[in-house]
Amino acid sequence: MMAFGQTRKTLDASSTPGVWTPVNAFLKNNKALAAIVFLSIFPFLMPYEALAVKILVFGLYALGFNLLFGYTGMLSFGHAAFLGAGAYGAGMVIVHLRAPFLLAIAGGVSLAALVAVVMGLLSIRTRGIYFSMVTLALSQCIYYLIYNAESWTGGENGLRGINISTVGLLGIQINFLDPILRYYVIFVFVALALWFLARILASPFGAVLEAIRENEKRAAACGYNVASAKLLSFVLSGAFCGLAGALWAVHLSVVPIETVYYLTSGEAVIMCLLGGMGTYFGPFVGAAIYLLFEDVLTLQTSHWQLYLGILFVLCVLFFPRGVWGSLTDWTSRR
Amino acid sequence: MTADLLLLQLLTGIALGSIFVLLALGLSLIFGMLTVVNFAHGAFYMVGAYVGVYLYGLTGNFWVSVVAAPLCIAAMGLITERFLIRPLYGRGIDYPLLLTFGLSYIFVEAIRMIFGLAGLPFGTPVGLRGAVNVGVGYFPYYRLFLMAFTAAITLAIWLVVERTRFGLIVRAGARDPEIVRVLGVDISRIRLIVFGIGTGLAGLAGILAAPIQAVTPEMGIPALAEAFVVTVIGGMGSLAGAVVAGLLVGIVVAMTSLFVPAMAKASVFFLMALILLIRPRGLFGQTGLMD
Repeated sequence: MMAFGQTRKTLDASSTPGVWTPVNAFLKNNKALAAIVFLSIFPFLMPYEALAVKILVFGLYALGFNLLFGYTGMLSFGHAAFLGAGAYGAGMVIVHLRAPFLLAIAGGVSLAALVAVVMGLLSIRTRGIYFSMVTLALSQCIYYLIYNAESWTGGENGLRGINISTVGLLGIQINFLDPILRYYVIFVFVALALWFLARILASPFGAVLEAIRENEKRAAACGYNVASAKLLSFVLSGAFCGLAGALWAVHLSVVPIETVYYLTSGEAVIMCLLGGMGTYFGPFVGAAIYLLFEDVLTLQTSHWQLYLGILFVLCVLFFPRGVWGSLTDWTSRR
Repeated sequence: MTADLLLLQLLTGIALGSIFVLLALGLSLIFGMLTVVNFAHGAFYMVGAYVGVYLYGLTGNFWVSVVAAPLCIAAMGLITERFLIRPLYGRGIDYPLLLTFGLSYIFVEAIRMIFGLAGLPFGTPVGLRGAVNVGVGYFPYYRLFLMAFTAAITLAIWLVVERTRFGLIVRAGARDPEIVRVLGVDISRIRLIVFGIGTGLAGLAGILAAPIQAVTPEMGIPALAEAFVVTVIGGMGSLAGAVVAGLLVGIVVAMTSLFVPAMAKASVFFLMALILLIRPRGLFGQTGLMD
């Protein structure tokens, strides 16, 4: 049933050592480190800092989505709810409570995790593609709730006035208005998330998730509690996306209502698939491709989503492992 | 709040539900036969509305639109299945879903390029305007037509599925495509036709919804979510479920927009959550279909 995932394991990498073998081995054993080092120089590779921040935040969003889709084999179409819960959670803590930065981030992540618990309890009762439909419908439900709770969330106009000028981290006051410092403040949180994700995937729990993706019945027959593992994966995935949402809110200083809309859920799916589902760094690559594509094409045409759709369809048809996934496949066969 | 008003609102709900029934029937047929969740269903619906409105502008005859728009959308569906979805069979159930999702972007953007971002103005077609006294008050003539037309289409679909040889193959293919193939049936042709019928129904829902809804490139997005809710409530792949749940959802929307207008759009999703808690497979869902 679960036909996703790494059917072509990198077996031949160890049998026939090639040019890429040491690189691959290093990347495999130090996933988080390699990703963090790359992201620490990333803003200097981008045309402007705001784009680097956007890729960083949406990379984290796609990463959280990938934990559920790529590693557990559950295709959710409702992850905008978690991005939105994180963004609105952090935003409301700042706007209504005037709380400091760290508390706002914690508030956003907590709200997203809470939403994920509720959505998870309802949706993991369903299987396969049913699950996609239920998560989509539940996230639309969250959308209308936020839309109607106007006094808290600003409704249609979005949540405004999330103004952060300085951030206190470890006793140091950092000027959040400086674009490059802002990137590195957000980078600290993304790096922590990357490290945490690598730990999750390397843990026995991470192995259980991949077992569920490959064959849910067999995993259950092996004695693993599939339902609770799925729920935990769902909530962790929601919390990662919530962190992305919280960071996005403090970066943008507004939360547009579109953050919770169906199309934002779709963005996670597109980024994850373009980059490579079930790969550690693929979601970041996917986010970078998606956002660079958007950045370049919106200058040329207002119909960039047409080209995005074509790119996505071609990717589904011919490169289901995505750019990063195909690249790691290719290098491990050299 | 009088009983008359309630009854009128109930009728409004049934008219609205008719659109949901048509959308969900198509989705359910496609899912039952192809095990494909058609994420482009909302986009087919939207294109159906545009084609229909465009044809109405050309000919001034609503019947031409009602016949030709679904046929155009069915043709699009046939091409989609033959060249895009067919290569994906056997590669995992999520791939056709992802493909149709990508396709919906292309359709929406193509419509924006051709017809613009703003949407098309469209009133009730000539000949179906005005209201008629239904005993409890005046009710729009068009909505009565909508109900009757949907009832006729539903009956036709039911007759085809339950009473014809083609329907027999469709039902058997939904249960076990391998056995049907072994028995000498060209299952890929059946899949092609069913996908065409399903998308054609989406196009029909689109042109029928055009007079009561705004025709915009984004109209398919809420329609897709609502069609999903209906199929989840009714039970995936069940035609009776699609009809019952479609009407139920229509009535719930109409009633909440009467009593709690702010929650009208969210109400269907709460209804779905409730049904899922009680019956995870939906009202008419069969055991085993999803495993």
